[in-house]
Amino acid sequence: MRSVLKVSDVTIRYKYGDFRDIGLKEWTLRHLTHRYHVEHFLAVKNVSFELFEGDMLGIIGSNGAGKSTLLKAVTGVMVPTSGTIERNGRISALLELASGFDGELTVKENAYLRGAMLGYTKKFMNEAYDQIIDFAELKDFEERPFKQLSSGMQSRLAFSIASLVKPEILILDEVLSVGDGAFQEKSAAKMMEIIKSGAVTILVSHSIEQIEGLCTKVLWLNHGEAVALGDTKGICELYQSFLSGNMEALQEASNRFGPAKESLTQGE
Amino acid sequence: MLQKIRQYHFLFSELVKRDFTKKYKRTVLGMAWSILSPLMTLLIMWLVFSNFFGNSMKHYVIYLFTGQLVFAYFTDSTNLCMNALVNNASIFTKVNVPKYLFLLSQNVSSLINFGLTLILLFVFSAVDGVTFTWKFLTLLYPITCLVCFNVGMGMILSAFFVFFRDMQYLWGVVTQLLMWMSAIFYTIEGFSYKIQLLFLANPIYLYIRYFRKVILDGVIPTPQFHLLGAAYALIALALGTYVYRKYNHEFLYYV
Repeated sequence: MRSVLKVSDVTIRYKYGDFRDIGLKEWTLRHLTHRYHVEHFLAVKNVSFELFEGDMLGIIGSNGAGKSTLLKAVTGVMVPTSGTIERNGRISALLELASGFDGELTVKENAYLRGAMLGYTKKFMNEAYDQIIDFAELKDFEERPFKQLSSGMQSRLAFSIASLVKPEILILDEVLSVGDGAFQEKSAAKMMEIIKSGAVTILVSHSIEQIEGLCTKVLWLNHGEAVALGDTKGICELYQSFLSGNMEALQEASNRFGPAKESLTQGE
Repeated sequence: MLQKIRQYHFLFSELVKRDFTKKYKRTVLGMAWSILSPLMTLLIMWLVFSNFFGNSMKHYVIYLFTGQLVFAYFTDSTNLCMNALVNNASIFTKVNVPKYLFLLSQNVSSLINFGLTLILLFVFSAVDGVTFTWKFLTLLYPITCLVCFNVGMGMILSAFFVFFRDMQYLWGVVTQLLMWMSAIFYTIEGFSYKIQLLFLANPIYLYIRYFRKVILDGVIPTPQFHLLGAAYALIALALGTYVYRKYNHEFLYYV
């Protein structure tokens, strides 16, 4: 099987502190009075995994576990402090859906802009546009300013653009939980189609049912470290038990599915 | 490089479209306004200063206009470009695209403004009885330099603006100072030779002077003059590229 995405020993050190949104004046003052602090935070520690054609990886973990940071490194928005990421295919990422759209532009203009951001060609967008609008069920809203759409409609559009175009690597961050029930079903069906067409998908979700129902393998992150990697059912059960307060589940998961012992990245 | 251009060509044109739509808010007047506003400034300047300088100088309106044209393009472009990174933070923190695209697309709209005003300058020149020669073609040289200089300055400023959010005010002060140092409405003939040379340390003045030499005096400046003009543009571009490369993956921590 062809390896589509290989993440090797990736560590990401995040910079944070109250240095945002300050002016030169404030910056100088703080330096003079030694009050300028930049903190570093290890958001992801030595995480490795490899995905093959048709794989769908679910990433679970509590808030602040490093899920989004890891995804940002996979898409290339962030560079890992150490470790490497090999991508063999085009990435289409949906991180925080509605962001990156422009409220003042129309739905159509936004669709084209987003398509361009995802790296599609103009020709492709001209052909796919009708399909996108139909799938998003926004035919009557084409010329409306984007800000007039409900948040559900906004994410429907975002999902349609990213998924209708057969990316080789699709990254979804808390995407499926938006839209109404009918659209969720439709998008899940669409995703199954993409997975079957050989693409690799990474899904971040707080809904365990969703992960269990869709993913072929699971990565459990806890405070930036990979606790477990592999078997969907086993890990999800332990994670659920961990969430309901059973701290030992973490240790058990690490013992049974810890990255050191895993053999699943070899594929079957 | 070529492959990159092809890859991002569509995104670039979409960004330009977006910046245009937002700038002019889909109004015809919006577009007209951007040409009217430099003309109004010109009118005010002419009303105020023509009594002081106009009597002793031929084609004073054109003299004013060239200064105003170049300087307005510089301030327009740098002020727009300063926001290029901060305004697009929601895009580049989510999608991996080359960040200079935002800056270049902002530059396109100010360049078009500049082009339209330049046409007006030629119309004014014709009306004012300036003789047109083939030498006008050499104006492409300072225009190219100016575009590069503005892009470079825009890169530097937009990066600084990410780190220091009071850059706008500081830059406002700097452009004020530059305006007074660019001899837009006065002549520098009254100064000593040394001071006159000192004026050339101001890139904006240098480009303005190129325009005036060609249009008003009908002469092409010396080779040294050309070299200096190119040097300013290249230094600005090099510094800008350096800043963007160095902080490419740092910006997202600050927005």
